[in-house]
Amino acid sequence: MLNRLTDALNFQTEALKLRSERQRLIASNIANADTPGYVSRDFDFATALKTATGQASSGPSGLSAPKLAMNAANPAHLQRNGQLAGSGATTDLAYAPTTQSNLDRNTVDMDRERANFADNTVRYEATLRFINSSVRTLNTAITGQ
Amino acid sequence: MSMFKIFNVAGSAVSAQSQRLNVVASNLANADTVAGPDGSAYKARQVVFTTTPMGGPGTAGVTVSQVTEDNTPGRRIHDPKHPQADAEGYVTYSNVNTVEEMVNMISASRSYQNNIEVMNTTKSLLMKTLQMGQGS
Repeated sequence: MLNRLTDALNFQTEALKLRSERQRLIASNIANADTPGYVSRDFDFATALKTATGQASSGPSGLSAPKLAMNAANPAHLQRNGQLAGSGATTDLAYAPTTQSNLDRNTVDMDRERANFADNTVRYEATLRFINSSVRTLNTAITGQ
Repeated sequence: MSMFKIFNVAGSAVSAQSQRLNVVASNLANADTVAGPDGSAYKARQVVFTTTPMGGPGTAGVTVSQVTEDNTPGRRIHDPKHPQADAEGYVTYSNVNTVEEMVNMISASRSYQNNIEVMNTTKSLLMKTLQMGQGS
């Protein structure tokens, strides 16, 4: 019974977690804008959200293997994607493509990072509002008004 | 809560950029320093940034790993009346390139501002997250 109430919230919670993770990644990219040799990182939000919410990935036949997390008793155990179990990261990080290469091999494109940062901020706030309105809806249903 | 790490990341970048600004300031201050009796003038200094992991994949801060000295020879100007002139009448000044330093300063201050803005945005997001589910 209760999980039906919170089902709608779970999806938004996963989205919020991924948004905060992406925010952290972009902040790291902006912080390292002047570091020689730093490679800009990012991840595909749609794919990551599908993985996180357990929806079937859009494979060619639709018969992809279910993504199951391995049982980890220790936060230092490695997950299937090679990341630490305790890190909470469920996403595969990718390298952002370079548009204008630098002599010091730094691939941070500040214009793109700032745009991504603003975009991610707005979407994070949007997710927050979705959660707030879901909570309000539940409250209204409980109080019966 | 992974977003709190943003303050560590952006904070490390702000600290590194302010150290860069400090070095630029000392370079500019010494732009016209004349070589002492030992014949060596002030040498321009540069900071070297290095990525440092801050917990979790993709969370990377910045540190200043070292401060290097520019070893190119200083400017030599012929001025026999100068008290610091050598036997040939040349005065050796520091090797600071003022234009380069000004560009360096602008770049450092822009990066500093960027990171401050990242922190401000993150702070307002976290404040809104704290008020999650409190109605209206």
